[in-house]
Amino acid sequence: MLARILVASAMTIALQFADTGGWMRLALYLTVYFIAGYDILKKAASGIINGRVFDENFLMATATIGAFALALYERSGDYLEAIAVMLFYQIGEFFQSYAVGRSRRNIAALMDIRPDYANIERDGNTVRVAPDEVETGAIIIVGPGEKIPIDGLVTEGRSSLNTSALTGESLPRDVGPGDEVISGCINMSGMLKIRTTKEFGESAVSKILELVEDSAAHKSKSENFIARFARTYTPVVCYAALALAVLPPLFMILFKGSAFGFATFEPWIYRALIFLVISCPCALVVSIPLSFFAGIGGASRSGVLVKGADILEALSKVKTMVFDKTGTLTQGVFEINAVHDGNDMDIKEESMHLLELAAMAECYSSHPISKSLQKAYGKNIDRSRISDVEEYGGHGITAVIDGHRVAVGNGKLMRSLGIEPVPCRTAGTIIHIAADGKYAGHIVMGDVVKAHSREAVGQLRGCGVSRIVMLTGDTASVAEQTAESLGITEVYSGLLPADKVKQVEILLRSARSGEKVAFAGDGINDAPVLSRADIGIAMGAMGSDAAIEAADVVLMDDDPLKVPKAIRISRKCLGIVRQNIVIALGVKGICLILGAFGVVNMWLAIFADVGVMVIAVLNAVRAMYVKNL
Amino acid sequence: MKGMKRSFKIEVDCANCANLIEDAVKKVKGVEEVTVSFMTQKMKIGFEAGSDPESVLEEVRRTARKIEPDFSII
Repeated sequence: MLARILVASAMTIALQFADTGGWMRLALYLTVYFIAGYDILKKAASGIINGRVFDENFLMATATIGAFALALYERSGDYLEAIAVMLFYQIGEFFQSYAVGRSRRNIAALMDIRPDYANIERDGNTVRVAPDEVETGAIIIVGPGEKIPIDGLVTEGRSSLNTSALTGESLPRDVGPGDEVISGCINMSGMLKIRTTKEFGESAVSKILELVEDSAAHKSKSENFIARFARTYTPVVCYAALALAVLPPLFMILFKGSAFGFATFEPWIYRALIFLVISCPCALVVSIPLSFFAGIGGASRSGVLVKGADILEALSKVKTMVFDKTGTLTQGVFEINAVHDGNDMDIKEESMHLLELAAMAECYSSHPISKSLQKAYGKNIDRSRISDVEEYGGHGITAVIDGHRVAVGNGKLMRSLGIEPVPCRTAGTIIHIAADGKYAGHIVMGDVVKAHSREAVGQLRGCGVSRIVMLTGDTASVAEQTAESLGITEVYSGLLPADKVKQVEILLRSARSGEKVAFAGDGINDAPVLSRADIGIAMGAMGSDAAIEAADVVLMDDDPLKVPKAIRISRKCLGIVRQNIVIALGVKGICLILGAFGVVNMWLAIFADVGVMVIAVLNAVRAMYVKNL
Repeated sequence: MKGMKRSFKIEVDCANCANLIEDAVKKVKGVEEVTVSFMTQKMKIGFEAGSDPESVLEEVRRTARKIEPDFSII
C-alpha cells in the first residue's frame, strides 16, 4: 500500500514537469489514477453489485471519476485534482489503518497478562509446559521475574509479588507458605513452589482476559448511534450531492433564463463532487469504538475491569451510589473497641482477664468474631485448661475454664442461662461474658473501616454523585456510627439480602431518567443486588465467580477509592467521545455548507476529511491514559 | 435450548466494515446472535440450536467476503 502511494505520488510530481498533451496526457494520468486507487474502484463496483451502493468507496470513486469527466469535458487537461483526491484519500486510509492498528496493539499489549508457560517438575527436572496442560493440584515452580501462570497456594519459598498488572497497585505483596496467590502476578524476588488450585482456564488471568475481550462486544449507545448515523448519513449526502448538482442549475435555467447547457451545470457538479469527498464518515466510525476500547484498556490496567462500552458509558451518569457496608466500606474484620465490667464501666488493666476468658472459650470456634477475639488476645492458648465446650449456634459458647463455668455470647445466651446482661452504652457488636453464673462484663467489637472509605465518599461527592447510600444487615446503632464516621447520611440497616434488592429497586425508581444507580458490594451474598442495580460493582472479587458473573464492573482489589476512579475514567472517555463527535460533525458540517456555496475547493475538502480523521484518532488514544485520574 | 457460542479470531480492515459484516451475518440462517469487534479482531457467534456450525460458518464467511473481500477467519 505504502509502495503504491509512493509510486503514484512520484509519478504525479513527474507529470507536472512532463510536457505532454491530448490523449497521451490523459493516458498517463489515468495510469497514475489506477495505481493509486484501483482497489477503491473495485470495492465500489463490488458494493454496487452486492446491493450496497452507498459507502465511502462509492463516494470516492464517484468524486474522482466525476472530476476526470469534468476535466475531460472542459478540455483543460487538469486531471491533477482527481488524482490528488484519490491519493490523499489513500494516504488518509493508510495512516488510519496504521494508527488504529498501532493503538489497537498497544492497548491489547496493555491488557496482555497471559502467561506463556508454566514450569513443572518432572523426574527431578524442571520442564516448561503450556499453562493449560497443568492439572489442578500439580506443583508449579515460579522463578524470580516470572509470571505466576495459574492460581494456587504457596507450598515452599517466600517472595514478594508485583500485582500491578492485575490491580494497578504498585506496592508489592509479600507471600509465604500457605498464602493464596493469583495468576498474572509477577514473582519479584524468591523462588516459589505453588500447588495449583484451579485449571488455567478457571484461573484469574483467563477470567480477566475473557472479560476484557468480551467487553468490546457490548456496544455503547454512542457507538450504536454512530453506526446508525453512518448508515443513513451516506445515502443522505449522496442525494444531497445529486440535488446540488441538478436543482440550482435547473432553477437558474427556469427562472433566470440561463442557457440549458453544460456550462450552467458545470460549477454545481463540481460542488457536488466536493460534497461527496467531505462526506466520508470514517472519522466517527473509527474513533468512537477506539475511544471506548482505549478507555476500557486503560481502566483494566488500573485494576478496574469494565464489562462493556455500554457500562463505561453508563458509569459516567451515576448519580446514586449505593454501598454495602461489611467488606466494602469496612474490612469485615472485627476489632475490640472497648471492654466494660459488670457495671458498664471501662476497664483497662483487668480487661485482659475478660479477654482471656472469651478467647479461651471461643478457641475451638471458627466464627469471625471468635477469630478476631483470639487475634486480639494474641497469646497462645493452653487448651488443657479448657473442657466441656458447647457451642450454641447464633447465641454463643459455654465452657469450663480452670474449673469455672464460663459463658460467652450475646444477650440471648445470657438470658437463657438466667443471667441478666447489662446493656452497653456504645454501639457495636456486644459479647457478654459470665463466670459461675454471675455477669462479668462485656467486650464491644466493631468492624474496622477501610483506610480509604472516607476519602472515597468525599471523592464521589466531588464527582457529582449526589446521593450516597449505605445498606447493611447490621443493627441501626452500628450502621449509623459507621456511616457518620464516613460522612454518609443515608443508611438502611437490618436488611436481609432480599431486602437489599428491594431497597435498590426503590432507589432505582426514585432516580431521574438518564441518571444511573450503582451498587458496590464485596460479592458475597449480594450477587442479586449486583445484577439488579444499573451498574453492579464487585470488589476484590477475584475468586467469587458468582459476583464476577453478576457484576458489570469488577474491581481487582477491595480499595473503595477505585469506585470514584472508575467514574472519572468513564467521564474522561465519554468526554473524548463527545469531543470527537463535535469536531468531526462540526468540521464536516461547516465544509459541506462552504462547499455548497463554492467556497471550498476539492483540495481543502480532502484535507477536511483526512485531517479530521487523524485528529479524532489521536484524541481517541488519549482515553487510554488514566493513571493519574 | 440455547445453541452453542463460539469465538473466532478474524481479520477485518476497518471499523465500518466490521459493523456492516455484523449486520449481514446476523441475517445468516443458523446464526442466533453475532458480534464483530474490530478492536479485538474477534467475532462471537451464537449458533441456533440444531444448526450445523461448520456449514453455518461457511455461509458466514461467504456473506462477509461480499462486504470485505479480505475478510478471513483465522
